[in-house]
Amino acid sequence: MAQVTLRKIVKMYDDTEAVRGIDLDIADKEFVVLVGPSGCGKSTTLRMIAGLEEISGGEIAVDGEIVNDVPPKDRDMAMVFQNYALYPHMSVYQNMSFGLRLKKYPKEEIDKRVQEAARILDIKDLLERKPRQLSGGQRQRVAMGRAIVRNPKVFLFDEPLSNLDAKLRVQMRTEIKRVHQKVRTTTVYVTHDQVEAMTLADRVVVMNKGKIEQIGAPNFLYHSPATRFVAGFIGSPAMNFLPCKLEQAGDGLNVRLSDTIAFAVPAERVQRYRPHVGQDLTFGIRPEHVTEAQPNGSKNLAMFDAGIEVVEPMGNETMVFFSINGTEVCGRTDPNAGAKVGATAKMAAHLDHMHLIDNASGRVL
Amino acid sequence: MVDAVISDVRELSAPRRKSGMRRMLQRKSTIAFFMALPLLLLISLLVLYPAFYAVHLATLNKSMQRFVGLSNFTFLFKRETFWMVVRQSCLFALSAVFFKALIGFIVAHFVHNIPAKGQRKWRGMLLIPWVIPPAMSTLAWLWLFDPSYSAFNWILALFGFGPVAWTGDAYWARFSVILINVWYGAPFFLIMYLAALKSVPEQLYEAAAIDGASWWQRIWYVTLPMMRNIIAITVLFSTIVTFANFDIVQVLTAGGPIDKTHVFATWAFRLGIQGGDIPLGASVSLFMFPILAFCAIFILRDIHRRGNEAS
Repeated sequence: MAQVTLRKIVKMYDDTEAVRGIDLDIADKEFVVLVGPSGCGKSTTLRMIAGLEEISGGEIAVDGEIVNDVPPKDRDMAMVFQNYALYPHMSVYQNMSFGLRLKKYPKEEIDKRVQEAARILDIKDLLERKPRQLSGGQRQRVAMGRAIVRNPKVFLFDEPLSNLDAKLRVQMRTEIKRVHQKVRTTTVYVTHDQVEAMTLADRVVVMNKGKIEQIGAPNFLYHSPATRFVAGFIGSPAMNFLPCKLEQAGDGLNVRLSDTIAFAVPAERVQRYRPHVGQDLTFGIRPEHVTEAQPNGSKNLAMFDAGIEVVEPMGNETMVFFSINGTEVCGRTDPNAGAKVGATAKMAAHLDHMHLIDNASGRVL
Repeated sequence: MVDAVISDVRELSAPRRKSGMRRMLQRKSTIAFFMALPLLLLISLLVLYPAFYAVHLATLNKSMQRFVGLSNFTFLFKRETFWMVVRQSCLFALSAVFFKALIGFIVAHFVHNIPAKGQRKWRGMLLIPWVIPPAMSTLAWLWLFDPSYSAFNWILALFGFGPVAWTGDAYWARFSVILINVWYGAPFFLIMYLAALKSVPEQLYEAAAIDGASWWQRIWYVTLPMMRNIIAITVLFSTIVTFANFDIVQVLTAGGPIDKTHVFATWAFRLGIQGGDIPLGASVSLFMFPILAFCAIFILRDIHRRGNEAS
């Protein structure tokens, strides 16, 4: 059980900066997910925490003790790798007990821990097998078992589900969450899949180009992204972005998307947006906030007509695609609304959930 | 094999209008046999014929006129020199193979850790001993080992050590032939082990490091088990080649002093070609076969039993 602190962590590869000054506090028992596109430095950060990569600058502390120069074997962390990294010449039992055997634990203690981990992960029948006799999901469980038996200070996961097929991935995701709820070890989890990040994390750390874009609880990131990158990265399908201009309209403000489409900013946001009148901004709204117009229209709805170009029925909802000023927009409609390709539909944008983004800084206003 | 079985089944169910001959020609195993036939003929010509001819020779008397059965062998068993050659051959092969493997393993680790840019140069340079014909390089060693004018003795003299009779003293002569054999053969192990090292996934070492393994434990628990098959195969092949070594010993000491460095091949040459008793030489050379067959069966069985674990 431990807290992990990262202070101004930098990683240089020759002349390129892979990680550029990361500050992060991970509380005891917390499940933190580092998420971002490939090459954003998330794996490098994890490997620096593990001690597998040298730290070019800054400090990493575990329970207040700086571990920069502590070799990985003395950091008391356990890691689950993307390709599992099971020892092919050892049985499942030997794989799981390897760390304990190196530390010269008594045989009974090792056996107790391995059996307990095998029970948690439901792999009791596999203990005598070799890794090559296991399926991907089973290997993944063994890799997690190897981490659990050590009862380490910190669990590190490096894209552990990327090699599994879609169905198994969902299943193992739940499994990882269940295991964490049982063993409550501080966990740092790296993934490029924002769904994994959202579903697993106590707190999500969104990274981009070696920097942290935003840290927050999954729902907070979803509803209050700090930057355009976070707004676009979190959520599937992605948020719609449209170029717009902010105009003065009497006491209120208007968002103008095109010569013909403009709508009023909700009154409670006028104060916040007023300094940006006249600037080129980006209007962002999630697909679920662009729906078919309903008769009992609440306030702050912007109604408009859209020529539907593509319809994707998903069963519980139907995605519709149309263009505004040449930019494709995705909306989510009720399957019973009867969206048809080529038809003009009355759509409504829920402006309570809109975002305005400053093009220059990329920040959400 | 599976293919052959499947095609057999298909043939059984097919209507029987083809002749038996044609059917047999179309079987995959038959085709495979005919395609391998030229090589089989070549091997039987160059390997099997001389081997059986050697067995035949070993049963003749010195003038090769008369069949004498096993009396060449019983004659050898009674000779002290024969047993000395057996001991020397084993000592020569086992110690040379051990040090070749050990040095190859260690140097492979060093080369593996050289950054990729410089690695090719080092690999090339370290392979040089192996690409020079050993008869040639042994001549250079012979010159280095010269008792009065050689570089080795000159260096030793600088530190106040007396001249060493490298090829004159029985123990130093044995040391010298083993040294040259190690020098010549270690690069082969180096290159095999380097390839094996490169095929061990880096993440296994990382996993082991995180599991708490020290540098030595990573070699013991990860590297060695992952390389077991390649180590077994290289040791097997090298043992066979080293047991049958002729050129290095012949050029450096020609078996001397007083037969103290003879191995099977050189002694067979001495008795058979130089001594004019070809049947006796053939009998000596035949002794390598059971020893090598014994090694081969054991090592190959072990490899076969473990199967391809690494995959």
